[in-house]
Amino acid sequence: MRRHHDMGGEPAGAIDRHEHDQAPWEKKVDAIVRLLLAKRLMTLDEMRRGIEDLGPGAYDELSYFERWITATTNVLLAKGVLEVRELGEAIEAAGARGP
Amino acid sequence: MSPPRFPAGARVRVRALHPPGHCRTPFYARGRCGVVLGVIDHQPDPEARAYGRDGLPPLAVYRVRFERAELWPNDEGGGRDAVVVDLFEPWLELAAEGTR
Amino acid sequence: MRGHHDHAHPHRPDLEDLPRTYAMLLTDAVASLLLAKGIVTPDELRATLETIDSRSPADGAKVVARAWVDRDFRARLLADVNAAAAELGIDAGGIPIRALENRPGLHNVVVCTLCSCYPRLLLGPPPDWYKSRAYRSRVVREPRAVLAEFGLVLPEETEILVHDSTAELRYLVLPGRPPGTEGWGEAELAAIVTRDCLIGTAVPRLPTAQRNGPGVAPGAA
Repeated sequence: MRRHHDMGGEPAGAIDRHEHDQAPWEKKVDAIVRLLLAKRLMTLDEMRRGIEDLGPGAYDELSYFERWITATTNVLLAKGVLEVRELGEAIEAAGARGP
Repeated sequence: MSPPRFPAGARVRVRALHPPGHCRTPFYARGRCGVVLGVIDHQPDPEARAYGRDGLPPLAVYRVRFERAELWPNDEGGGRDAVVVDLFEPWLELAAEGTR
Repeated sequence: MRGHHDHAHPHRPDLEDLPRTYAMLLTDAVASLLLAKGIVTPDELRATLETIDSRSPADGAKVVARAWVDRDFRARLLADVNAAAAELGIDAGGIPIRALENRPGLHNVVVCTLCSCYPRLLLGPPPDWYKSRAYRSRVVREPRAVLAEFGLVLPEETEILVHDSTAELRYLVLPGRPPGTEGWGEAELAAIVTRDCLIGTAVPRLPTAQRNGPGVAPGAA
């Protein structure tokens, strides 16, 4: 059974060559991941596994860095680096703060 | 760390296992035969590291060349083209005598 | 949630006026928690953001240009890209990078079908198309058609090797030096080595005014 992310050789359409600059929030995701890896709080393997386990729907709907932050958050929750309720509060505070 | 099992030039088959869970053996290569180009390195097992373990002792990682016709026998064209994949030793076995 | 595909959407100058998505809020929340807990310091975050901004394909172009003019450096680059880059003051990071040498009759192209592994610390972030479903699915199976979409048509006799970065090793294509560049300085040479040349979806081309006749395999710059 082929897993959804394992797409080598599958049929697909034309390659969209349009590029976008990394948005500030995406750079922040990138930075968070690099720091967690450097501090050995997460491995790339764990993050990849987290992305793969998002499932086909989420995998396709989420953008590249959305997958990164979602999977990373799940890894940190599983390890107890972050707790669910505090994360909920921090998200609410982030929303209230504005960009 | 055990010495690598497969020398450069060895004809190997990728095991046709299909587990759920994290692995770095692409689906298109499973069950297929290729030629070992060489050992790149020894690296911790990603399948263990993905689940929070250290993945030690490190495994031999091989560059294996697959002809496109081997991977996609019904496709046309591209006779000279090939795919090289970096594969962890436990996923490889010597190809049986008489296989292509 | 908006549903959209994982290919590019343009960065808009009025980004602040757009509703912030859940992922953006989550990112801010995770960052603020990590800072509040002292797991990450503000200086570390700032320095990491600066590193992200500082990496670009120019560093990859520099090592190629040096390899073109210095045969011994070329040999060292082929043996160990990270060490060779360090000679030029470039920190290519801890994950090993291997150079794939293009030769007459052999063309290399790189992909990561399983995710999007890419030598980020040498080249900066990968382009959106490299991470796309279409590229990751198709380049291993029909590299000629994919390269043709990029404007690179290779002779039938040329062997195309597609390298799938499935382990902790990244790849950098070392393109061939085009004819007509004899006597050029390294900076001039580096200027024709684009990011796509280092991935393998292009080959270096002389600027239009300097081309005599068909030259090397036609390709997108």
